Amino acid sequence: MAEQLSFADIDGRRRIGIAGRWTMDRVDGLARVIGPAVAGVPASVEIDAAGVESLDLTGAWLLHSLEGRLAKAGAVVSWRPARPQPLAFVDELLAQGEAEEAPRESRSTLVTRPLHRIGRLTVGFRRSALDSLSLLGGVVTVMGRACLSPHRFRLASIVRHVYDTGVTAIPIVALIAFLIAVIVAYIGAQQLRLYGGEIYVADLVTVSVLRELGVLLTAIIVAGRSGSAFAAEIGVMQLNDEVDALRAIGLDPVEVLVVPRVLGLVLALPLLTVVANAMGLAGGALLTWSLVDMPFAQYWDRVNESIAPTTFWAGMIKAPVFAFIIALVATLRGLQVRDSSRELGRLTTVAVVQSIFLVILIDALFAVVYMEIDF
Amino acid sequence: MRLEVEGLTRAYGGQRAVDGLSFALEAGEIGCLLGPSGCGKTTALRCIAGFDRPDGGQISAAGEVLAGPGAFVPPERRRIGMVFQDYALFPHLDVFGNVSFGLRGLDRAARDARAREVLDLVGLGELAGRYPDELSGGQQQRVALARALAPRPRLVLLDEPFSSLDTEVRRRLAGDVRAALKREGATALLVTHDQQEAFAIADRIGVMRAGRLEQWDSAWRLYHSPATRFVADFVGDGAFIPGHVEGERRVATELGPVEGELTTPLASGARVDLLLRPDDIVVDAGSPLRTRILDKCFRGAQFMYTLALPSGERVLALVPSHEDHEVGGELGIRLETRHLVGFAREA
Repeated sequence: MAEQLSFADIDGRRRIGIAGRWTMDRVDGLARVIGPAVAGVPASVEIDAAGVESLDLTGAWLLHSLEGRLAKAGAVVSWRPARPQPLAFVDELLAQGEAEEAPRESRSTLVTRPLHRIGRLTVGFRRSALDSLSLLGGVVTVMGRACLSPHRFRLASIVRHVYDTGVTAIPIVALIAFLIAVIVAYIGAQQLRLYGGEIYVADLVTVSVLRELGVLLTAIIVAGRSGSAFAAEIGVMQLNDEVDALRAIGLDPVEVLVVPRVLGLVLALPLLTVVANAMGLAGGALLTWSLVDMPFAQYWDRVNESIAPTTFWAGMIKAPVFAFIIALVATLRGLQVRDSSRELGRLTTVAVVQSIFLVILIDALFAVVYMEIDF
Repeated sequence: MRLEVEGLTRAYGGQRAVDGLSFALEAGEIGCLLGPSGCGKTTALRCIAGFDRPDGGQISAAGEVLAGPGAFVPPERRRIGMVFQDYALFPHLDVFGNVSFGLRGLDRAARDARAREVLDLVGLGELAGRYPDELSGGQQQRVALARALAPRPRLVLLDEPFSSLDTEVRRRLAGDVRAALKREGATALLVTHDQQEAFAIADRIGVMRAGRLEQWDSAWRLYHSPATRFVADFVGDGAFIPGHVEGERRVATELGPVEGELTTPLASGARVDLLLRPDDIVVDAGSPLRTRILDKCFRGAQFMYTLALPSGERVLALVPSHEDHEVGGELGIRLETRHLVGFAREA
């Protein structure tokens, strides 16, 4: 091994001779012989590489570091007959490494970091908005096409989704609507008692359940239950390449996966709302009977009296709109899953949070519109 | 159907995963992109399938541009079947349902007939009622192939089709898949990192490195006439020994002059690294060329010996296993080469 690197000091110059194979398989021995050649080096060094038989990247790296250590020790290095080509390649690699790291250092200042964040969020928001628009467009196109040839509607799939999102949700929706109505009636009774107006508890329960609470609570429960299910089902299909497999056999995932879910939920949510409304009124009846001592017949009279022709529909109209939003957001997030199960968990959460937020936002818009048109 | 890929480029964040890939696959041929992981072969396949949008270049099938400047046909309209790495079977459908799912637009009788036909083609006729989780890996793989073939696609893509199977099944299935594709007359493109798989299935193989195609050729030519040092290294075993060219058909090495056709012309006197395949070296007890056995590996019919030449250079030799030579012992060898593969010496 020693003959691969020899050195001698002549007239204040050090002459280092390099020979043989400087390759990966000899790296252990080579790394050891470099050290002595650097010790106590004079100001001028000449490296003679004429005897090198083969030089790979590992060898070049060793020579490069020898050169660097000599320069660090203050020596001027010259090569004979020429500096081997692979060393230039190492220079290039190192230069690239530095170029890539440089911006990262300047990035993390207190001023640029928030700006960077804002920029990222904006770009992300834009992409997200475009994705939603393109999915919406896809859904509308598929539905339009399906209206022309109804067999494209995938009835079996729609029925399954009505069952999954509607029928199986009845117990939880019923229970929650009942309990919330009881709470509203209880607080109403307490407050109205101050003015001796307990009899109006029935009005309060009726109007708030039919116009707002029934549909809103149902939508929120469905967003949590079915929104997460949609995102997770489609997300898992993405991870298993099943969505790509659909496309590869010539089927449009929007037609097969998205539209049946949208239509299923648009059918199921109004039906669930009817259940919620009924259970809410029942809850009100129970509480007024036990707390205010109002007989059931009288409660029913008050309910009938307080219902305007529009009260029921003011709530019901919102149901399909909420259903559409929930299904669209959830399926979009599911389709956005790429490559990792971490994404799946994150996007499922995003689907639920976003659909609940949108449902409440749109509910507020409905309230404003109703107020303006006096509905 | 003829597939043509020209200058295909796909970059992720400045990094070119596929860089100017060009090749053509004739109708009825089975092609293969072969390369180490991360060489861009799967990205190329996804671009051809339409799941990924290329940044440059053009993909066309039977003259129709599928992706190119200003054109992009979505995957569901390309009529390209795909077999995915993990099969991606629909878990809630049975085998028959999986295969017939893509056959919309046919009436029920034609649909059932076609599904039966492809299931028989892959030899799964009697398992039509099973669900994917009741099948072995090899069977799932064949269902995936049947599903891809059912709509009579213009091209079938296979992404690492055997990577999740054990070696034994893999070897048998590779032959079955080739037979099924050929019987169906399908044009197919496969992606793998396993050269044995590529050799077993493909008519034409492209070796890829870092997003570029190094050589697009038959398996025999990749092995015996590699265009680049990388191909020589990646395909098959072998070792390089130094030498220099002496005329058109002769390279002088420490094993003496080696004769044969040079696959790439080199100037006389040039220093070369000469590729020696394990089958180029024959054991000859009487030969004056003595080598020392550094290592050996039993392969059933043969031993693969790692031999050290007097200079310390190493070569590999594939020797029938009638005799068992000891590691550390001496072995006389002689060369039997028909053609020479040499690359100009770097550095």
